[in-house]
Amino acid sequence: MNILSLFVIIPTLTVLGILFTKGFKQTRLVAAIGMSIQIILTVALIYLFFQERAANPLAEMVLMKDTVWFESLNIRYTVGVDGIAVAMIALTSIIIFTGVFTSWEVNFLYKEFFISLIILATGVFGFFISLDLFTMFVFYEVAVIPMYLLIGIWGSGKKEYSAMKLTLMLMGGSALLLVGLLGIYFNSNADGGELTMNILEISKVNIPIDAQRFFFPFVFVGFGVLGALFPFHTWSPDGHASAPTAVSMLHAGVLMKLGGYGAFRVAIFLLPEAAVQLSGIFIVLTSISVVYGAFGAIMQKDLKYINAYSSVSHCGLILFGLLMLNETAMNGAIIQMISHGIMTALFFALIGMIYGRTHTRMIDEMGGLMKIVPFLSVAYVIGGLASLGLPGLSGFVAEMTIFVGAFQHPDLFHRIATIIAASSIVITAVYILRVVGILLLGPIKNKEFESLSDARWFERLSITTLIISIAAIGIAPFWLAEMIGFSLEPIVARLAAFM
Amino acid sequence: MDFSYTVLIPLIPLFTFLFIGLTDDRIKPAISGLIGTTGLFVSFVLSIFTAVKYFGGAGLVEGAYKYIIPVEVRWLNLTDKLHIDLGIFLDPISIMMLVVVTTVSFLVHVYSNGYMKGERGFSRFFAFLSLFSFSMLGLVLATNIFQMYIFWELVGVSSFLLIGYYYEKPSAVSASKKAFIVTRFADLGFLIGILLLSYNTGTFSFTELTNPQGSAIAQGSSIAFMGLSVMTWSLILVFIGGAGKSAMFPLHIWLPDAMEGPTPVSALIHAATMVVAGVYLVARLFPVYALSAPEGLAVVGYVGAFSSLFAAIIATTQFDIKRVLAYSTMSQIGYMMVGLGVSGYGGHEGLGYMASMFHLFTHAMFKALLFLAAGSIIHAVHNNEMTHMGGLRKYLPITHITFLIATLTIAGIPGLSAFFSKDEILTAAFHHNKLIFYIELFVAGLTAFYMFRLYFRVFWNEEPHYHHKPHESSWFMTIPLMILAVASVFSGYIPFSHYISSDFKPFETHLEMVVAVPSVLVGLIGIAIAWVMYKNPSTLPDKATNAFGVFHKWAFKKFYMDEVYMFVTHKIIFNLISKKIALFDRKVIDGSMDGIGWVTLASAKAIKPLQSGQLQKYGFVFVSGIIILLVVFIYLFI
Repeated sequence: MNILSLFVIIPTLTVLGILFTKGFKQTRLVAAIGMSIQIILTVALIYLFFQERAANPLAEMVLMKDTVWFESLNIRYTVGVDGIAVAMIALTSIIIFTGVFTSWEVNFLYKEFFISLIILATGVFGFFISLDLFTMFVFYEVAVIPMYLLIGIWGSGKKEYSAMKLTLMLMGGSALLLVGLLGIYFNSNADGGELTMNILEISKVNIPIDAQRFFFPFVFVGFGVLGALFPFHTWSPDGHASAPTAVSMLHAGVLMKLGGYGAFRVAIFLLPEAAVQLSGIFIVLTSISVVYGAFGAIMQKDLKYINAYSSVSHCGLILFGLLMLNETAMNGAIIQMISHGIMTALFFALIGMIYGRTHTRMIDEMGGLMKIVPFLSVAYVIGGLASLGLPGLSGFVAEMTIFVGAFQHPDLFHRIATIIAASSIVITAVYILRVVGILLLGPIKNKEFESLSDARWFERLSITTLIISIAAIGIAPFWLAEMIGFSLEPIVARLAAFM
Repeated sequence: MDFSYTVLIPLIPLFTFLFIGLTDDRIKPAISGLIGTTGLFVSFVLSIFTAVKYFGGAGLVEGAYKYIIPVEVRWLNLTDKLHIDLGIFLDPISIMMLVVVTTVSFLVHVYSNGYMKGERGFSRFFAFLSLFSFSMLGLVLATNIFQMYIFWELVGVSSFLLIGYYYEKPSAVSASKKAFIVTRFADLGFLIGILLLSYNTGTFSFTELTNPQGSAIAQGSSIAFMGLSVMTWSLILVFIGGAGKSAMFPLHIWLPDAMEGPTPVSALIHAATMVVAGVYLVARLFPVYALSAPEGLAVVGYVGAFSSLFAAIIATTQFDIKRVLAYSTMSQIGYMMVGLGVSGYGGHEGLGYMASMFHLFTHAMFKALLFLAAGSIIHAVHNNEMTHMGGLRKYLPITHITFLIATLTIAGIPGLSAFFSKDEILTAAFHHNKLIFYIELFVAGLTAFYMFRLYFRVFWNEEPHYHHKPHESSWFMTIPLMILAVASVFSGYIPFSHYISSDFKPFETHLEMVVAVPSVLVGLIGIAIAWVMYKNPSTLPDKATNAFGVFHKWAFKKFYMDEVYMFVTHKIIFNLISKKIALFDRKVIDGSMDGIGWVTLASAKAIKPLQSGQLQKYGFVFVSGIIILLVVFIYLFI
């Protein structure tokens, strides 16, 4: 059996297993076991990937598997990975693993909760392994739909409104996306071949430039909605604020990366000429995202809103890096996907844990938590430092790689855009330190909170896993950068032909 | 000769940081202190050993000091040409800094064992001190500008953590935030400078950048942008980063507030080591400044001169003893910047460069001493304000003598270390820029005045009513004071020009009477005025205050720089930008999304009544439809 298919099969089996469990403890145990297997599978995948790559250094994708699914339209179940997809799969398994442990005490409709959560993860895994546009789109929808239920049922606050808004906006994005994908599909015979959905095959085809220019915005914006591209980001603050902890983690940690990954894999890779021609417009939008999100975060009072706006800023940087269309910046953008994914999952996990204790997310109602819950507070500070780009943690590597890459464009437009984006390192410091100062430091504001207990074992497990991942990337980024860079080379070579 | 052991010098503090940080309260505080101190002691011994070995012969090849890179690893590949390496770079100035950092850090560790005794978070304090020492050593030993930037950020965060050590105190929290954000802002300049510099020269490496014959210098200086070469622009941007860390005007505002940290921290970070990082940065890139961006070097000189004057004026009006010392630090760093700014490249022309490094060294010793002695005073009287002090010479004999030595040193009394180093900066200024020379001469007088004002006010003058009788501090604290006092007196006799020069070739210096005599005179005048005004209680200070009127008020209010900072951050960034953006996002962007939803719902509502289920209504609509259609058809076709 192909190892990649296992990434979809194991979660599916876990869901089946959960159906037959009795009681809360069994359910969460099955979920934890299933997701632990995913972690082991990921390790095996990384090992196999390097082995295959060594055996076959010219292959763009390895561990491929191809089965006919829908003959008449030439839709196939094609899977395969390169270094970038492997990195995204690793990210997903870390987040879902820690997400399950963060939801250790979700005791309301627990079966349905874990089932929806794992279906969501299945969709994400499927998305990252797919090489067929149609299959990819199906998995994408599989990931988006459980979100509606998860927020609408297990959420808090204006949950119905937020769930509806999030789902409708993402569906709007999907609609654009579908048009774009069909556009690519119906132009995939431009060189005289058959119509195909296969990404690798389409990438060899020279789609006419008019078609590229027409469909690029559909695909890029379609994925951009998910990647919180300004001005289509407003589902994010409300959605995150209402979502239960693990869902926020998955959503900001992984689902928003689907946007960046899709924009890269479909929009830029398959429509390279249009990407080169149209990148300017989107560079403007993404540099706005970066600064706008950061400024938007400064005066927020709700912890989740702060993190949501911060995500807008950081995800803007992902798209910004991708649009620079050179190896260094794109490499940085993909590291930023991983880095932001883990970092934001850490934040949402911590916010959930703090909320679970204090029953408020308003920072001015809390204060001095450092003294009461030192473990959570120190973890929050570490997350904050990663977010503001402290060397030794993952954010620094990603941001610096993006900025150095972006600076390889000598023209004034790119220079100014880069300087604007780089100024976010200061603004980020402002909002992070503001939260840390109000929430964690200072005197204890609310006497009732003095008796709160610090993190329990399952919380410590998930927090520690995330922190170790952040530090590992920050201290030893070279292997990740090499893995990604190696797979970027053919893509960059293709782009360079149109520069 | 093999220097690869030097990698241990920064790594030992890293290990002690991780060990103390991870064990935290599980081991006894005294043991944490012991581990941290021992670790630094080993680093200190290794640094001295390295210095002796390097300056004793290993470094000198054919009449010039050569650089040695015993260890270097590739950390991250960025582009074909650019890659970030981590390594150890040994040359005269990095070894000099190694000695400064490990000496002061070790003494501060010893001192902290006494000063911080019984504090909650004693282990945390030592963990952060180790983290700082690691970062600072990494910065000093950087082989390339990006490694320097990495450790630059790390010292920034260590400084943040240590200023905010008393995290339950709101003033400490806001001071730490301010320090981090202001320096971060400066670092943005540094970062853009690095990006620009590396793009135009194709390298991060110091050896390639600063090679006078290398291609890097030639490449960058040829491209012009708005009248200045790209090299000049990038070096000015890099200097913004240096000015932020080194508290140069107008980025100095964080330094006085940083005194909220425990006093040993002020001595180590905000007097002797981290704040001179900006000077070190300019010195590191000095050949590039001197050979291809003389305008950039002029900026360094003028900013330094202005900052030293500005800070010295404020220092004469302040009452918090740590803040006086903080402004004094800013003023002295201004001197070092001036030294670099008025220096040329090569031989005796490079006197200013040598003098700047010399002053960095002596300043580290006497200023660390001043801060640690101030800590001892604060420890004794539990207050920072000099108005609550007086007559302390009887109670704190060791602190008194050592403080006096340091005060005499900074005042430039002949024979003590700062006399030599300051004199050489003034000589260099005298030969290159008369305006700066006169400013600095005046500042020398001001320095002697405000330092002796502090000294007389604290140790002489009238004795206030003390709640507890002040008593001398423990040996942990007094022994470092004595060691530093010895260093303050004798470090001026180190023949610096034999070791450090802009082109790595030893040269000779001599005292120039035309500079030395006036500088000693203004120092003595400053001391005399302070003697008259502050030795005994008198009404003279009040009279002087009134005589200066508004000008005194401005200086006392630090020329309203803090108000400007508050205005920019709170009024502009928070209220004008951030709140407006948040509101815009909710109302306009999100509002339009909700608007789309609302339109959908409203149009559904509007057409819903048509499906009412009433036959009469359907019949009515049916018949009226036919009639309308008939009318239309008749009108159109007949």
